[in-house]
Amino acid sequence: MNTSLTAVKRDYFSIAMKVLIRAASALTSFLILYIVGFIFLKGIPNLNVGLFQWEYTSENVSLMPALINTILMTAISMTFAVPIGIFTAIFLAEYAKRGNKFVKFIRMAAETLSGIPSIVYGIFGMVFFVIALGWRYSLLAGALTMAIMILPLIMRTTEEALLSVPDAYREGSYGLGAGKLRTVFSISLPAAVPGILGGVILAIGRVVGETAALIYTAGTLARVAQSPMDSARTLSVHLFRLSGEALHINEAYATAVVLILLVLVINALSALIARKISRF
Amino acid sequence: MQKFKETAMKFVFAAAACISIIFVVLICYFLFSGGLPAIGKIGVGEFLLGKQWKPANQLFGIFPMIIGSIYVTAGALLVGVPLGVLTAVYLAKFCPKPLYKALNPAISLMAGIPSVIYGFFGLVVMVPFVRNILGVGSGKSMLTASLLLGIMILPTIIRVSESAIKAVPKSYYEGALALGATPERGMFFTVLPAAKSGVTAGVILGLGRAVGETMAVIMVAGNQAMLPESLADGVRTLTANVVLEMGYAEGLHREALIATAAVLFVFILIINLLLSLVKRRQKT
Repeated sequence: MNTSLTAVKRDYFSIAMKVLIRAASALTSFLILYIVGFIFLKGIPNLNVGLFQWEYTSENVSLMPALINTILMTAISMTFAVPIGIFTAIFLAEYAKRGNKFVKFIRMAAETLSGIPSIVYGIFGMVFFVIALGWRYSLLAGALTMAIMILPLIMRTTEEALLSVPDAYREGSYGLGAGKLRTVFSISLPAAVPGILGGVILAIGRVVGETAALIYTAGTLARVAQSPMDSARTLSVHLFRLSGEALHINEAYATAVVLILLVLVINALSALIARKISRF
Repeated sequence: MQKFKETAMKFVFAAAACISIIFVVLICYFLFSGGLPAIGKIGVGEFLLGKQWKPANQLFGIFPMIIGSIYVTAGALLVGVPLGVLTAVYLAKFCPKPLYKALNPAISLMAGIPSVIYGFFGLVVMVPFVRNILGVGSGKSMLTASLLLGIMILPTIIRVSESAIKAVPKSYYEGALALGATPERGMFFTVLPAAKSGVTAGVILGLGRAVGETMAVIMVAGNQAMLPESLADGVRTLTANVVLEMGYAEGLHREALIATAAVLFVFILIINLLLSLVKRRQKT
């Protein structure tokens, strides 16, 4: 640097900010590493066969039933949320005219839904599915509550994916004589698949990590659900329960490891897909 | 036939689109119809401003919980906003590329970690830590909850602020440098003011997340339904109030809890409204 600029070097504001920016970033990185590292270090030595028994007992506090319930819960909520979310996105991206009142309402509704905290979903699910519809604490009540919660996420990512499909694709399809419906299903939608998949995987991550919305909708029964009307605790709810019992703190660490691993895999998948999209 | 199929599917798509509207209406209806009668019976003033929450004595005042939510959220913003915005500045402008490649997925992971894991970490690491520092109480306190929530809202604030900073035209920054500003001055006096509304949106999103967070707060906040007097005191938030007692509540108690959820819902609606106002300003 030129000597005439040395005055700049003595600018205390800049020096202070330079230090602060780096300190803040270092602290943030440290926190992530510490949280994940701590749980891995404490949890991995505590992983044992008992945790993966098919039956839960108060001795082995097996996480297997909760893990299977988590998969069931995810599958059922996706069955509802994915088609509805994609259809809504198709309507918004392919059919609706800009500035339409109805469209504005849908967007407002989606924005509202995406801001509602999970406990409010939980109370709604309890009042509506569990009590008003009389389903009691059940896998289905939990899964439908989850489906409403992730609907805006799937809608938004699908709509973005559809909007990023070049119009030339559609025009080409019309030019060859295809109708609107055909164009949507054989041209736009296939081209948007990576984006949609990214959104679906993010949604899966949210279902896997959810606790507050499930305690009073799916309940906390630690057994593999035999039917959609059975109460079922998922892995996150299981961890919440375990962490409240001082006796099983080691098993709680191990359960947290399994849950973080699950989230890591889901994250890696969505990153992989995102990379595929940006390669286009 | 083809024509019929086209029209029919168009209606199917429109019907699917109606579902999110229907559920917003249903959520509003069930929360308010479940909660308002209780507020009517207890009295609006008694419910919102009453300082006593003693369900056994039929005392249902959620004022301590409203204050608890506000304190804890303010604490979280005090921790999360400076840390998050400074980190976003680093990621957006000063971070070397190889480091960025490592930090970027780390922030995504931070956003993806379930709140119950944060809560568990708070319980086993931060609660003892705070207990040692303060030297009084159990460590389950307003301070712990604020620190933990501050960490939890970091990824939201970082992500939104980072993209807002990156969206500022490069020429602003370069112009500042050309006039002799240091990189830091260029950043804080030209780029950041230009990204103000985006950063504000990130902060409001973080605020919404902090107000609505439930499981992590329950695990570290102590949950005493009293007005906290110091940082070392335990505190109960609106969200915690609902989750802690809903399992066994009956009658008016249960309705009062649903009403608590309705109050929380109104808070969130107000925050959403703020957010859309900020976003609208961003567009113009």
